[in-house]
Amino acid sequence: MNILFALYKSSVGKKYIVAATGFLLFIFLIGHLLGNLQIYMGAEKLNAYAHFLQTKPLLIWASRAGLLLIALVHVTTTIKLALENKAARPVGYEVSKAPYAPLTARSILVSGIIIGLFVVYHILHFTSVTFNPEFSDLRAAHNVYGMVVAGFSNTYVSAFYIISMVLLFMHLRHGISSFFQTFGMNNKTYRTTIERLAVVAAGLVFLGNISIPLVVLLGFIK
Amino acid sequence: MNLTLKIWRQQNSKAQGEFVEYKVTDVSEDISFLEMLDVLNEDLIERGEDPVAFDSDCREGICGACSIVVNGIPHGHQSGTTVCQLHMRHFDDSQKIVVEPFRAKPFPIIKDLVIDRSAMDRVIQAGGFISVGTNQFAEANAIPVPKDVAESAMDAASCIGCGACVAVCKNASAMLFVAAKVSHLNLLPQGKPEKDRRVTNMIRTMDAEGFGNCTNIGACETACPKGVSLDFIAQMNRDYAKAIIKGQLLNASQTAAQETK
Repeated sequence: MNILFALYKSSVGKKYIVAATGFLLFIFLIGHLLGNLQIYMGAEKLNAYAHFLQTKPLLIWASRAGLLLIALVHVTTTIKLALENKAARPVGYEVSKAPYAPLTARSILVSGIIIGLFVVYHILHFTSVTFNPEFSDLRAAHNVYGMVVAGFSNTYVSAFYIISMVLLFMHLRHGISSFFQTFGMNNKTYRTTIERLAVVAAGLVFLGNISIPLVVLLGFIK
Repeated sequence: MNLTLKIWRQQNSKAQGEFVEYKVTDVSEDISFLEMLDVLNEDLIERGEDPVAFDSDCREGICGACSIVVNGIPHGHQSGTTVCQLHMRHFDDSQKIVVEPFRAKPFPIIKDLVIDRSAMDRVIQAGGFISVGTNQFAEANAIPVPKDVAESAMDAASCIGCGACVAVCKNASAMLFVAAKVSHLNLLPQGKPEKDRRVTNMIRTMDAEGFGNCTNIGACETACPKGVSLDFIAQMNRDYAKAIIKGQLLNASQTAAQETK
C-alpha cells in the first residue's frame, strides 16, 4: 500500500493515476456505446441485451461499483492536482496570452466537470428514471428501446445529450493523447499520429453517441 | 519610437506591488528590450526616482537571467529568443507594453522584475549532476556515445534554466525545465548509473518546491527560448515509470524520511 501513497504524493504519480483511470473509463465508454448501437439492429435485439444485463445482478452491481470507484479516483486525483496548480500561482498576470495552447487542452477540467454532471443526469434519466416516472413500466419490461425513443423525443433532452457529447469529444481528444504523453509513450516520431488518432477515436465515440438522439429526433427510429 | 510602459513595481518580497506607467521617448528600434529599460532607468535616475530593477547578465541570449513577461508572453512575442535578444523593431510606435515579472509561487519577487529562482537550483542539487572524480579529465571518445543520442542530449542540455516554461504554464509547472535536466544526463552513459535516483529525486524536489502539475498543453515548448521539446517531458515520464517499477519511488521516499529525521 505504501507504494500507492507514494504515487499519490508525487505529481507525476498522480498524473499516472488520472491517465490510467481515464483509460479504463474510455474502455467502458466504448463497451457502453457498442451496446447502445444495437438499437440499429431493432427493438428485440436491444431489449434482449438489456434483459441479459438486468438478469445478472452480480455482474451489473460489480461493474457499477468498479466504475464508481474508478470515476471517484479519476475525479478526486484531478481535484488534488487542480488545487495544487491553483496554489502554484497565487498572483496572476495582468496580461496573459497563450494563443498556442489548444482549447481542448485548456478546457479539460471544465469539460470534465460538465461530463460528470451529465453522467449524474444520464443515470437519473435512464437508470433510476427519477425524472420520468412514466419510464418505470418500460424499464420493468426491459423495453430499453421504448425508453430511448421516449427519452430522446424531447428536443431539450436530446440537445443536452448532444452538447454533453461535444464536451466529451473535447475531453477525450486531449485525454487520449495525454495518456500517451503521461506514460512516456510519445516522441517526435509518434506525436502527430497520436494527435490524429485521438481526434479519430474521440470523433467516432462522438458520432456513435449523438447518432442515437439524432435518429430519434429525425423520426428514423420510432 | 515613443512607447508607454506599464511596469510592475514592488519594493521587496513582502511589499504590495503595483503597476506604474512610464513614457519613453525617442527609442531607437535597433536596441534590445533590456537596453530600452536601461534608457528608461537613466531617465528615472536623472529625475531622482528609483530605477526599475531587472535581471540581466550575458545579454546575448544564453544565460537565462532575464525574467520578464512582455505583453503576456515570457520573453515577449518573438519566438526562440530571450528578452535581451528581443529588439524594439518588433514593436509598433506608440504601443503600450505591459511588463511583468515571471509569476509562480516558487519564484518570489525580490524587487520589481527580479525574481528568486533558487527553487530551480535546488531541483538541480537533487540530481542534476553525475557523481564522478574531478581529477584528470577523461579522453572524450573513451566512452562511445551514438550520434543521435549525443544530439538529443545536447538538445536537452540547451535549456538555460530561465524559467519561461514555468512562467507561461497556466499551472506554473516546471516539467519542461526538470525534464530537460533529467533527460540530458539520463541519455548519456555517464548519467545512466544514477538514472532512477535522479528522476525520482528531481521530481520529488520539484513537487516540494511548490511548482504546479503538467496538463500536457505545450505552452512551455512554444515559450522556451531554446525550443526544448515536449518529447523530453514524455521521456522523463517514461524514466519515472521505469524507476517506480524497479521500486525506486519507495526507496527514495524512505531515504528522504530518514534524512529529515
